[in-house]
This record gives sequence, structure tokens and C-alpha cells, in this order.
Amino acid sequence: MKTLTLAKGATLAFAGFALTLGTVATPAPAADFSGKRIEWIIPYGTGGGSNRWARFYAPRLQKNIPGQPTIAIKNMPGASSTKGTNFFARRATTDGLMMLGTSGSTQFPFLLDDRRVKYDYADWEVILATPVGGIVYVNPSLGVKEATKAGMKQLQKAKLKFGSQGATSLDLVPLLAFDILGLNVKPVFGMKGRGPSRLAFERGEVRIDYQTTPAFIKRVTPLVKAGKAVPLMTWGMLDDNGELVRDPTFPNLPHVGEVYERMHGKKPKGPAWNAWRTFMAAGYPAQKMIFVKKGTPADIVAALRKAAADTINEPGFKEAAAKSLGNYPQAVGAKAEVLKKVATTVSPESKAWVKAWLKRRFNAVP
Amino acid sequence: MLEALAAALVEITSGQHLIYLLAGVAMGLAVGIFPGLGGIVGLSILLPFLYGMDPTSALSMLIGLVAVIPTSDTFTSVLMGIPGSSASQATVLDGFPLAKKGEGARALGAAFSASLFGGLIGAVILTFVIVIARDVILLFTSAELFMLTILGLSMVGVLAGGNMAKGLLACGLGLMFGALGGAPATGEYRMALGNAYLGDGLPLVVIGLAMFAVPEIIDLLRAGGSISRSQTLGQGWLRGLKDMWMYKWLCVRCAGIGCLIGALPGLGGSVVDWIAYGHVKQTAKDKSQFGKGDIRGVLAPESANNAKEGGGLIPTLLFGIPGSGSMAVFIGGMVLIGLEPGPAMVEGQLNLTYVIIWSLALANVVGAGACLFLSKYVAMLTTIRYTYLAPFMIMVICFAAFQAQRDLGDLITLFVVGLLGILLKRFGWPRPAFLIGFVLADQSETYLYQAVQFYDWDFLLRPGVLIIAAITVVSAWVGARNAPTADIDAEAAAALKAQNMRPQAWFATAVFAFFAWGLIDGLGHSFIGGIYTIGIGVAMLPIAAYLVYMTWSNRVAHSVNYDHEVEGDHLQGDDIPGLWHYILWLAAFLVSTVLIGFWLSIIGFFVIFLRVKSDASWLRIAAMTTGGVGFVTALAWIMVLDFPPGLLQDVLVLPWPIG
Repeated sequence: MKTLTLAKGATLAFAGFALTLGTVATPAPAADFSGKRIEWIIPYGTGGGSNRWARFYAPRLQKNIPGQPTIAIKNMPGASSTKGTNFFARRATTDGLMMLGTSGSTQFPFLLDDRRVKYDYADWEVILATPVGGIVYVNPSLGVKEATKAGMKQLQKAKLKFGSQGATSLDLVPLLAFDILGLNVKPVFGMKGRGPSRLAFERGEVRIDYQTTPAFIKRVTPLVKAGKAVPLMTWGMLDDNGELVRDPTFPNLPHVGEVYERMHGKKPKGPAWNAWRTFMAAGYPAQKMIFVKKGTPADIVAALRKAAADTINEPGFKEAAAKSLGNYPQAVGAKAEVLKKVATTVSPESKAWVKAWLKRRFNAVP
Repeated sequence: MLEALAAALVEITSGQHLIYLLAGVAMGLAVGIFPGLGGIVGLSILLPFLYGMDPTSALSMLIGLVAVIPTSDTFTSVLMGIPGSSASQATVLDGFPLAKKGEGARALGAAFSASLFGGLIGAVILTFVIVIARDVILLFTSAELFMLTILGLSMVGVLAGGNMAKGLLACGLGLMFGALGGAPATGEYRMALGNAYLGDGLPLVVIGLAMFAVPEIIDLLRAGGSISRSQTLGQGWLRGLKDMWMYKWLCVRCAGIGCLIGALPGLGGSVVDWIAYGHVKQTAKDKSQFGKGDIRGVLAPESANNAKEGGGLIPTLLFGIPGSGSMAVFIGGMVLIGLEPGPAMVEGQLNLTYVIIWSLALANVVGAGACLFLSKYVAMLTTIRYTYLAPFMIMVICFAAFQAQRDLGDLITLFVVGLLGILLKRFGWPRPAFLIGFVLADQSETYLYQAVQFYDWDFLLRPGVLIIAAITVVSAWVGARNAPTADIDAEAAAALKAQNMRPQAWFATAVFAFFAWGLIDGLGHSFIGGIYTIGIGVAMLPIAAYLVYMTWSNRVAHSVNYDHEVEGDHLQGDDIPGLWHYILWLAAFLVSTVLIGFWLSIIGFFVIFLRVKSDASWLRIAAMTTGGVGFVTALAWIMVLDFPPGLLQDVLVLPWPIG
């Protein structure tokens, strides 16, 4: 595992170098999209975070692509996002007129060898990657104010329930984190999304919950202010060396690794921790990505990548993104490539461990 | 609160706001008039244009569109027997018989004025309730929501029609169909036969169209002629207004029901119209005309489904949790223009919330007015020969069906469940009971599971649960007490009844086998994943066995005996083609779609059908085909929708829209 981290670190460092080189070396793109329409497949419904992310980006991107094409978002939900993604894998053209937007819930079935998956990330070129964080919060009636050693001791004593969409969904990360931290958490499945779980929290049915960054900022912060929720920790984020660090949007909250260290006086290690780190990295630091098919002519890929870079460097973008997507650096170019690699590779050991854990704990088979 | 209300009213009556509102209403009308296309489609078309607009105008457009759809979707429900959306399925039951009697204009007049009235009542309720709604909604936990699904299911009692066994079985079939696919608690695939499409469960839009539209199209085609038996439309829309006024208290009650159910997150608005319909049928003294054209059967669901949109704003605005599919897109639109749902909507931004509520009411007024104005012209469709209309209707319902999941499976489901709908109709099994079961299957299971997890079985003793249980018992008792004594009727009509019950017996046997299969499938899953379908199977198999016995022993005089092929009124003319005739036409179309894709098949279907079944000239056929197919092609282009491909498209790469 150590070597894996090192390898990731090295690739990231190299990527930073390549990125600097890349911006200088890229020739002016010759691609022209005048009068064209780009279909952007979002394998999720119109109600969720991925749709919101896509609708945030589409108008900004289309402005920066040469020829100002229309970007039309095509929501294709179904089969835990494998349906729309399979469609892209099967039907995508190599002219840059079809893009795909994936999320962590597209990555997980792929990493867990879900039989519905008929796609391979190796066949795609990444244009942009968006990190998303996760924040754990609890009901104040538990008497826990902070994730200190004493606070976590207190939390360990409570019998907790947690609203979840399913053990093989992105909720794998919180469920495994709760296990590692020794919390007594029983998941209640059948939630139709993070929103209903939050509602169950507000009703007092569950006393521990997590939300992704945008949802937390908008929907949970008012609860925190009203004294109805206490934020405890985040999943953390990966820095440029692939190290787990505090989430930049919530610098005052410790990440799961820190909390473990506070409780046990040493850094977490072992197969459970390795597996958690791998799947956290697959689900969050590069949660949402834009792809086109490999084999797309270099000038078209370059034009799309440049448009993505121009978009995130526009004045006012950072503020708008911080409001809608959270305060994370959006990754383009070589940095996005590295994030893609991190998000779509797991060591065979971690994969096997997680599969066994899912079966043992939840009788769940991806 | 009053200040915010006043500020909101000033803003609403400003010119710019009104213009955009009207634009939204116009667009909602254009989309909503097509069956199966509703808020989700309209909003999806609108969303790309919102970016960059100023928030007030964008919001006005969004609201105008959302508000008018439950009004305009009434057209096809009443005039063609095809539910315009899942929120107006119940309107079909009495609206369509009225149209067939030549009272389409009256039914529409009543429906639109009830929509308008319901929408306004909804807005009034919301204005006062929204300030305290947050705490009230939080009182409805999974336990209370489960009990509400039971209240919904208890409506089956009054919707069962002449024979309770058939009513229960139809509801059980709906529950079983609704339970198909991933189990809420474990994600195990039930009865999915290893098929990815079935794994996601069947989409409600498709089921609604299959249950009502397909059987109706087949019957109308067989009967020949036009939809309206009398060639006049009746000058009745004023009479419709009077009907509404006469039953205004019914409309108030139904609007209240609509508002409440719409406001509960997670229950979904699709059941509102059925609950309202069940309510009016339970409380009415004379029930003999329901299903045959009782105006109250139109007023109740229509006043409820417009109020529902208002109620649906509560969870949407206060919790950011959409109550329906169109509300989900509505949130998307709000976020796009920089508005964030949340508690602030009733604190700092209360006036904005009032703008939304009263714009909705205003859009209701404008929309209902526009619909009333249009109804005279739209009602003329019912005087056109149905062989001309049928290809359009088939095309539009197919389009509506596959925009649900964008899958060939949608069309196959439409056909297969459509067949089931035809058989249910033929043998007098109540299709409303099926739909109630289908709509509530997932929710009742999910909330039962969650309630037991959260509260153990003690959840049954929660005060809220007890109150709803009491309401359920009372409403079922009232419904049963007012039940007509149908036996006298049945005996008098016995002479007209089917003497050979073999077809019914075979169908009952197939239903028995289906429940048995569901039960066996359930046994193959984990306890939590299988118990629900096992439970349905165990409850339904004895009833199914009873029906199998009664039909095989040919009890002609008993209330189980019904065969539309013997008793139906579509058989009055000479030369009526057999039941299977037009089913085979549809089957041929489906097979063609599997082979060469939808787009080429629908062109072929138009040309061949019109040539064989009508006396249209080639020129006319060409014009109708171009117009019809051109329209869906344009719509598909705007919506970024591919037509379902066939085997041909697997082999050859063809340009859009063929490939």
C-alpha cells in the first residue's frame, strides 16, 4: 500500500510538471464546432447533484469551445448509472460531439466488477475532474460537540442508525469509516437519495448522517446555525502528493484519519484502512468527470481541454463554483488525468477486501 | 407575513412578470396537451434557456409551465380516454364516458373550472400554512407515511366495482408489478429474469398508458366511427361551470386532500387523483353513475391535482426535496437561476415564496381560461373518424412511453402491460385498483421496512399512525355502508351475461400462476428482500384460487362473471373486428421496431395503416405521415432523445433520427 501511495505521489508530481509544460507546448487548436451540437450524457436523473453539476458547467463550457456549439444535456438514468454509461461506451462517436459526465456512483460499480458494467475508463479521455467532499454530522442530543477523543468515546456508546441508499453505493465510504472508527451504526436502506436521509435526520429518525459538500453548505449549514446539527468530520481531500489532508472547504474539521489518530494515538493502517482510502479516493477527489472517447482527434481533445481550462480560469468562476460545487480546485489537463487514474484503479487486495466486507457485513454482492 | 404578501402581489402584477408567466403557460399548454408529456418534458426543454435570464423572469416562466400542465393534460383524459399524465388518470373514469355521450364540452368546462378552483384553494391554504409547514411535515415520519399508503390502498374498496375478489386481485397484481425490480432494502432483483430493464422496475408513465390508453385505442378502433357518438359537442361548457359551483364544497375538500398529499415528501403526487376519486365515491349517496359519466368523478380528481402542485411546493421549497418528477426539475431550474431551497424560504425570503405561490395561482387562472377557450376547438377531435386519429395517438403514446427510460423496453412494456390492460378491461377487473397498487407498492414496502427499523413494531402505536388508521377505518366503513346493492342489477342482467366463462377461467388461472411465481421468486431471496412479495403472494393466492374455482365451474349468474366481449357497448355495429385484430397490428409494429428501429417503423405504420384502414388518398397519407413524424422528430431533437434502435441499427451505423 505504501508503494501505491508513493506511486500516486510520483505521478501527481510528474503531472504538475507536465501541466506546466503542456500549457506552453499545446498548439492552437484547429477544431471548430460552429453550428454543431454536443450531446452530454449524464447517466443520472434530473433531480440529483450530477445533473446540477452538468447544468452548472454546460453554459460556461459552450462559450469557450471554438465555434460556440450548443451543449445539450441528455439525462439517461437507470441501473445505478450503468445504463447511460454503457450507452456512451457503445455509441459514442470520436468527433467530440458526445461527452459523458460520470460520478462516484459510476466509478464504484466499475471498481467492484458489477455485472451490469460494460464500460472501461481506459477507453476514455478525461477533459475535467471535479472534487467533492463529504461531511459527517450528528444530532446534538448525543452530547458530542467535537470529534475529540472524549467526544468519540461518547459517540461509540450510542446506538446509531444511518439512512443509506445501499452498501455498494457511495455510502460504502461512510459505512466503512464508521466501522473503522468503531461506531455502533446500523444502516437503514431504501433511502431514495441523500435528501431523504437528511430529512430522516431532521425528523430525528437517524442521528448520524453525511452529505456531500454542495448539499451540506446549502441544506445542513442552516441546521448547524440553528443548533440542530453538529458537524464532526470530513472524508478529507487528496493533496498534490496524493496525501490525505483536511478538506479545504472545511479547514476546521478533522478528516477521518485524524479522528482515528486522536482516538488511538497512532495513524490508522491495515487492510480496512487501505480499502477505505482507495474507495474514498475513487468516490470523492475526482467524483465527477467529463470524458470523450479515446480515438477522438488530438486537436478536438485539445480544444475541449482548453475550453475547460479557460472556463475555470475565467474571472468570477471561482466564486460561482464555490457557491455551487464547493471550494475545491477543479482539475483540468494532466492533473485531471492523474485524478482519473486515482479514481479508477484499486489494488486487487483492497478490492477483494471490500467485496468480502460487503458480503460479511451487509450480505451485499455488487 | 402580510408585508411579504403585499410585496409579492406588487411584483406579480408587474408587466414583465406577467409576460414571462404567459410564455410559460403557453409552453405548458403546448406540451401538456399531449398525453404522457408533462412537467418533466416541458421543464427539460425550458432549462437550457434559463441560464442568463434574470431570476424573476425565469422563475415566472418555470411556474407558468408547472402550473398549467395538470390543467391541460385533462384534454386527452376526457376526450380520448388517454390519461394526459399520471396525475389525471382518475379523470378518465368519468370524463371519457361523458365525452362519448357527446358531453365532452361539459366535462371539460367542469374539469377546467375545478382545476382553477382547486389551484386557488391550494394557494390560499399554502399562504397560511407555509409558515408553520416545516414542523408539521417533520411530524410525518416513515411510520405515518406507511400508514398513509395503507389509507391509499383502502380506496381499492370503493374502486373495486361489482366484485370485491377481482378488486383485491387487481390491486394485488398492481402491488406485484410495482414490487418488480430492485428491492428497496437490499437491492436484490425480484422477478427481473436477469434483465437490466426490469431490474429498475417498471416506469409509472408506461404503466398508466398501458392500462388506459392501449385498451381504449383498441376498443375505439374496433367500434369504428368517431369518439363522440353524437356528432354534436354540446354547448355544455357553461353547464360544466355550473356543475362545479353546485359541488363547490366537494372541490374544496378535494383541493385540501390534494394540497396535503402533495405536501408530504416521499408520498408522491401520483396517487392524489385516485384518493380524491375514492373520496367522492365513498361519500356520494348515489353511486350508480360513477364510471358511466358522473360529473363529480371529473370534479374531484381535477380539483385535487391542481392543488397538489401547490402542496408539492412545500417540500420542494422548504426542504429541497421534490415531491414529484416535475418538482425535481423545478429545483434544477431554481438552482440554475441562483435560488436555493431551504428554511430561508420562509424566513428572509418569504416574499419570494409568496411570489411563487401566487404566481402559481395566477398561472392557474390564465391556464384554465386558455383551456376553456381552446376546449371548443380541441373537442372537435372527437368528431374525427378514429382511424385517422389512431396512428397519431399510437405514435404519441409510444413517444411518451420511451421518453421515460429511453429504452426499447419501454415499448415492450407498453405492449405487454397493455395486453394485460385489455384483458383486465374485458373481464371487468378494476384497472384503478391495479394502478393504486402499482403506485403504492414501492412506498408501502420502503416505509414499512424503515418504520420497523427505526421504531420496531411499536411504530403501530404512534399517535399519528393511530389517527391515520382511524381515518382509514372510518372512510372504509362509510364507503361500505353506502355501497349499492348490486345483486338486483346483476340478476336482471344475467340473461345478457356471458354463458361461456372459459376465457375468464383461463385468465384467472394465469393470474393465479403469476402470484405463485412471485411467491416462489420471493422465497429465493433474503428474508428482507423477499418478504414483501411473499406476503402479497400468500394473501392473493387463496383469493385467486377462489376465482379460478368460480370461473371454471361456470357460475354465470354470479357477480364474478363479466365479459366485455359479450356485454360491452362497443359491439353495437355490424362487422366488428375481433379483439385480436388490432392487437396484431400493434404487435406487428412492435416487431418492426425491434427489427428496423422506431423511426422507420412509425413511418411504415402510418402509411400502411392509413392505406388499409381509411380511404385516404396517397397525398393525404403523405401529408399526415410527414406532419406526425415530423412533429415527434422535432420534439426528439429538442429533447436530445434517440428513437429506440432495432437490430438494423446494431449492424449499420445510420444517421439520426434513423439510427
